[in-house]
Amino acid sequence: MLLAGGQGSRLYALTNNIAKPAVPFGAKYRIIDFPLSNCINSGIDTVGVLTQYQPLVLNEYIGNGQPWDLDRNFGGVHVLSPYQKKAKSAWYEGTANAIYQNLNFIKMYNPEYVLILSGDHIYKMDYSKMLKAHIEKNADCTIAAIEVPLKEASRFGILNTNEDNSIYEFEEKPKQPKSTLASMGIYIFTAEKMYKYLEADEENPNSSKDFGKDVLPAMLNAGERMFAYRFEGYWKDVGTISSLLESNMDLLGEPPAFDVGDSDWKIHSRNPLAPPEYLGENAVVKNSMLALGSEVYGSVQDSLISSNVIIEEGASVKDSVIMSGTVIKKGATVEYSIIDENVTVEEGASIGEPKDVAKGIAVLGRNITVGKNVQVKGGDIVDKNIEGEGK
Amino acid sequence: MSAVGVIFSNIHDENVPELSRQRTMASIPYGGRYRLIDFALSNFVNSGITTVGVITKNNYQSLMDHLGSGKDWDLARKTGGLILLPPFGASNSEGLYKNRMEALRNITGFLNRRNEDYVVMSDCDGVFRIDLSDVIDFHERKQADLTIVYHEEDVAVGADRTIIKTEEDGRVSDFKQNVVPSKKKEKVFINIVVINRQFLLRFINDSAAHGLDKGNDVSLFKNMKNLKIYGYEFRGYHASIDSLGTYFSHNMELLNKTVRDELFGARDIYTKVRDSAPSKYGSDSHVKNSLISDGCVVEGTVENSILFRGVKIGKGAVIKNSIIMQDSIIGEKVITDCVITDKNVVIRDNRILSGCDIQPYFIPKGTMI
Repeated sequence: MLLAGGQGSRLYALTNNIAKPAVPFGAKYRIIDFPLSNCINSGIDTVGVLTQYQPLVLNEYIGNGQPWDLDRNFGGVHVLSPYQKKAKSAWYEGTANAIYQNLNFIKMYNPEYVLILSGDHIYKMDYSKMLKAHIEKNADCTIAAIEVPLKEASRFGILNTNEDNSIYEFEEKPKQPKSTLASMGIYIFTAEKMYKYLEADEENPNSSKDFGKDVLPAMLNAGERMFAYRFEGYWKDVGTISSLLESNMDLLGEPPAFDVGDSDWKIHSRNPLAPPEYLGENAVVKNSMLALGSEVYGSVQDSLISSNVIIEEGASVKDSVIMSGTVIKKGATVEYSIIDENVTVEEGASIGEPKDVAKGIAVLGRNITVGKNVQVKGGDIVDKNIEGEGK
Repeated sequence: MSAVGVIFSNIHDENVPELSRQRTMASIPYGGRYRLIDFALSNFVNSGITTVGVITKNNYQSLMDHLGSGKDWDLARKTGGLILLPPFGASNSEGLYKNRMEALRNITGFLNRRNEDYVVMSDCDGVFRIDLSDVIDFHERKQADLTIVYHEEDVAVGADRTIIKTEEDGRVSDFKQNVVPSKKKEKVFINIVVINRQFLLRFINDSAAHGLDKGNDVSLFKNMKNLKIYGYEFRGYHASIDSLGTYFSHNMELLNKTVRDELFGARDIYTKVRDSAPSKYGSDSHVKNSLISDGCVVEGTVENSILFRGVKIGKGAVIKNSIIMQDSIIGEKVITDCVITDKNVVIRDNRILSGCDIQPYFIPKGTMI
């Protein structure tokens, strides 16, 4: 069960019209490609995707699940949005409530175990190994966890564990963390236990209906067998502008911090219907990633360029992420920025400032035009057209 | 209008023997991430023809691997869709078909079961984008028995072409094969035919009865006086692949933006997808006037070249005027000029390889140099 309903408000203009899991990533992917690919690569072929906020792009992208081999006669991928019920209709309130409202879906498949995922992390993980650990420990709930730096620990749910990885304490965003083992928001439940605690949580008027805040502490207090599953490897929450840019940049370099070209663990996605990318006579492309259908006549450095992007002669792009269909016209410069889909940056415009002096990352939202010679400062977030100098 | 498509995947295999030694003409890689059949199939799908039979003869493993269920062309359907038509008739002693009429005779069962009015036949030697519904409209308007598509172009010495002459209203008055080239452009038949299905079925029967099917590939035209054969002019970009030299030069034409925009501008040429990562360019890469496909890792210099999916170019390598096919690995400091490597070729460090533009140096599939 993949929780994909979040608004992702800290991505500002990038999630005005689309849900966070549908945000483009890594030149050709969307964030949701990572958990979906992990599922199919781990042998999980029945996936419910819970959507709520701005689901159109996400629904269209998932479609029948064919890009992930999840178009099945039995199982496959299902988009689950809130629906009208006889007694009471409600939006999803909190992660636990979202799953609770879909218990009938889960029960149709009569599973022994349920895996709960979130749609805003970039990582490659074999869930079947986690399930194996869950079964070996005879656990009621297993929580995937990763070591994080001490100074960041208070942003996460922290697990305090015994030597056998059993959890004795669970602290949601503690001010004084006792350990640095952070929950990744990936849970495996033994199905019957999950049903029981979700139903109980629903009855509790004081609950905020969240797994981390309510359900997991309740299970721990009741003495259920809860274990941490230690994950080592690349894992990044891309919930903020800066972490999104940083995580994109982790795909560059040799070897990259995160390798999407790994043929043993392919990241599946919908592929653009486009010819190979074209680099012109004066193109300069260094330490970058380009996707199909893009055309580069200017210079691109330390950047990720999605499909069907055009970078005209004399334009330069540095330390940036440019999403599909965007056009950077002659002489425009883009530095330390994220530019969303189908944006036009007119001639001579300058977006963002050099990375080492910029206050922050400049962001242009989708489908806008930034006029001739307009300057957008580092850290500015723009989601409307800006008129340029007269014609 | 309703039409069923038929693709001849093997007919021109002898055109480019280097590339079709282990595959059909249809599955020859082209343009960085395509196979020749992608253009024929995309033309059908984009013209609303969604039942397509693909006639195969030999070496069609790579073709089947490429086509799969047809889903990448939106042709995995319950009604119609992609239908492979492998050789038929093992029970008689005649063996595999030898020409187009015999191939058609082998698929009379398929043609009989369809209920479309027309059959549109296409070969796989052309790279172009055509709206076939216009051809069918023309065919209906002229109430033709047979409409053939032609393109006005120069004809090179020795090129295997069928050249037609038409009257003012488009009716075909004459055809010749392998003519001596003249200075002016000729009307060249580009191997697309629209024909009434019932008429085709009758014709197949008749010609079998009269032994006409033993002749050459254009026996359909022989009865020109009695049949209403019309020529439809295709005015767009058309590349005809009939030798390794034209294969090379037409691929290189894709570096021209006008050609590329005409073929791919609408973003509707379908091909098998591979879920490769986006291509990656190292800190010392220099790439000019080239097409680079997904999954490539470029660390060296690439000029006026086409890299297929998953190609790796080592540090200090200089690749000029070359076509490097899928998953080939070019070592460090390798220099190539006018080279075509087939799939999975490995060129070890420091090698220098060169051909020339009219006779590129070809390296067969899987070779290690």
